[in-house]
Amino acid sequence: MPLVNGGKIVDDGFVKLAVDTPLPESGDILVPAERFIGNAAALLDRAGKVGVIWPNNRDIDELVPYLGKVATVALVFPTFRDGRAYSQARLLRERYNYRGDLRATGQILRDQFVFMLRAGFDSFEVKKQADAEAFMQTARRYSVFYQPTGDGRITALHRRMQLRHSEGVGT
Amino acid sequence: MYAYDEIDRTLVNERVSEFRDQVKRRLSGELTEDEFKILRLQNGVYLQLHAYMFRVAIPYGTLATNQLRALAHVARKYDRGYGHFTTRQNIQFNWIKLAELPDALEDLAKVGIHAMQTSGNNMRNVTSDQWAGVAPGEIEDPRIWSELIRQHTTLHPEFSFLPRKFKIAITASDHDRAAIKIHDIGLKLIKNEKGETGFEVLVGGGLGRTPFIAKTIKQFVHGRDILSYIEAILRVYNQYGRRDNIYKARIKILVHELGIEKFSREVEEEWQHIRNSSLQIDDEVIEDIRSRFTYPAYEKLPHMPDELRQAAADPDFEAWRKNSVAPHKAQGYSIVTISLKPIGKPPGDATAEQMDALADLADRYSFGEIRVGHEQNLALPHVAKRDLPALWKALDKLGLATPNVNLITDIIACPGLDYCSLANARSIPIAQELTRRFANHELANLIGRLHINISGCINACGHHHVGHIGILGVEKNGEEVYQITIGGRADEGAVLGTLIGPGVKFDEVADVIEDIVEAYLALRERPEELFMDTVKRLGVEPFKERVYATR
Repeated sequence: MPLVNGGKIVDDGFVKLAVDTPLPESGDILVPAERFIGNAAALLDRAGKVGVIWPNNRDIDELVPYLGKVATVALVFPTFRDGRAYSQARLLRERYNYRGDLRATGQILRDQFVFMLRAGFDSFEVKKQADAEAFMQTARRYSVFYQPTGDGRITALHRRMQLRHSEGVGT
Repeated sequence: MYAYDEIDRTLVNERVSEFRDQVKRRLSGELTEDEFKILRLQNGVYLQLHAYMFRVAIPYGTLATNQLRALAHVARKYDRGYGHFTTRQNIQFNWIKLAELPDALEDLAKVGIHAMQTSGNNMRNVTSDQWAGVAPGEIEDPRIWSELIRQHTTLHPEFSFLPRKFKIAITASDHDRAAIKIHDIGLKLIKNEKGETGFEVLVGGGLGRTPFIAKTIKQFVHGRDILSYIEAILRVYNQYGRRDNIYKARIKILVHELGIEKFSREVEEEWQHIRNSSLQIDDEVIEDIRSRFTYPAYEKLPHMPDELRQAAADPDFEAWRKNSVAPHKAQGYSIVTISLKPIGKPPGDATAEQMDALADLADRYSFGEIRVGHEQNLALPHVAKRDLPALWKALDKLGLATPNVNLITDIIACPGLDYCSLANARSIPIAQELTRRFANHELANLIGRLHINISGCINACGHHHVGHIGILGVEKNGEEVYQITIGGRADEGAVLGTLIGPGVKFDEVADVIEDIVEAYLALRERPEELFMDTVKRLGVEPFKERVYATR
């Protein structure tokens, strides 16, 4: 499954661990929430970066104390129909000011890229190679946004206000 | 009318181009039908029994004549020459070809019409009073706020994959024509004691398998906070609404399971985090949207022009006028409802020719504006009273002057088993038979206001729970069986109807309805006592006795 980051297909430096996979000596690891919570100190102590895979039905508040310490947070879309992780992403970015890497994992198609970028994701485990390759083109598909989110893109309402004021100056 | 600016136009065009890519990927096999299903539903495309069905949004029920002509064009070019107006201010085309859909969308986009979020588990087309802006006594035009909310809910980055569909309706009149109490969020525009505009917010209404009337979650939310308050409701719902069972996924179930107090506390807590954010709307933003609605320059016209006085001698004109013409806020003008319920025809259908001709009439008599109501009728919102006789003659020629608005033959019905893959039973043939039974205008008029609603399955698209008489088709041992409820209503006094007894067979439905109506005529205290009032006074028992005594 190709990983897209910064708009490009990149190598995934993280190894995903299951709940019971033996812990490797070194290297970057992605750990399920249930393994991370309660074991965080030991995991964070070893050499290598630690990311956490956070399920979409677990309260994000629990993760907040660790936000400064994890290298990535992976939020889960079990199917692309299930949109709970969009709310989790916005809460992490906009309420808890999480600035680290935010990864979307699960059933990720190109049709979600714009929504995900707007919700604050910056890495994408894309299901299909063709979608991963089309990332940049798809991400630019929309130039108009009606809602304000933490991504800072200017909304239609504000653009209209700017237009009004600039027109006002001219007349 | 709301006029799109370059920003709105750009977004709609970008959406068309995205959908074109999605269709292309489906046709090439790059997308599986399972994947494509979710994507096409986001843009109003269902797979029905015979073909794809395409549902187009008519936000808050307002159409300009060039838009109605574009709908006629789509009916003619891509479909079989007609369209079907739904109970949520949409129009459906039943015979569309997938490969041609992007072109149909592009043609509609040219006049500012789209199909975004007319189906799927997202925030659906925002609906409102079809008399918005012209009804006497309205607090203010609810379409300004409807448009603001339409924009905010369009392609929302957080709430496009909700547990289930989510519908918002807005009214600004005491008499609720938008059925806000059967919506996921109902908004009633009100003024507080300082004269500031805001909303009473209701939540958790909905029909379907488990019907609920919406409950008030907050008595007053200031207009400037309405987007953040809606966002707070949606955020709670998106995270905690059930996703394990499609029949328990609507917000009404969450509200019911948590209780309105606990639910409103959750929303309140979320709201406090976000109310002072960029979601707050300042007056300038509202003014900007208001400035893009145009209003007719009404003339000073007499209350009772000569033309109307003379036409009153014609009983056919009078019969139509009494049912179809309603008071307007401007003196000398009327709101004219156009019945799409001709005797013996499917409710809510209009041909391409009718749409084109109606657009011409609207240009001539209604400042180029048409409205669509949830009763599946259309309206011309600004007709000078002096023009009523000429308009009536023209409508009559088009088959659009059936004098039955709000009468027993003004039936709301879903497409049912004739079109819909979800249906268990036929709806349209039941409606057709009932209109024939009550075709006599004298009889229909004697009965007075009576709404019949028909759904062909438990999903309740025909709103049977809130019909004065509700008819629900189900399947039992391979046979269509119809359950009859009475006493429901969808307006400000919304209440669910009560089942009168065991279901009846397809062939018996019209007889049963006749029995119910005869019982009502015998039981009512005086001619002014409406059917629903008699049911309220006496309960279902006397009706039940009448229906089942001989069956």
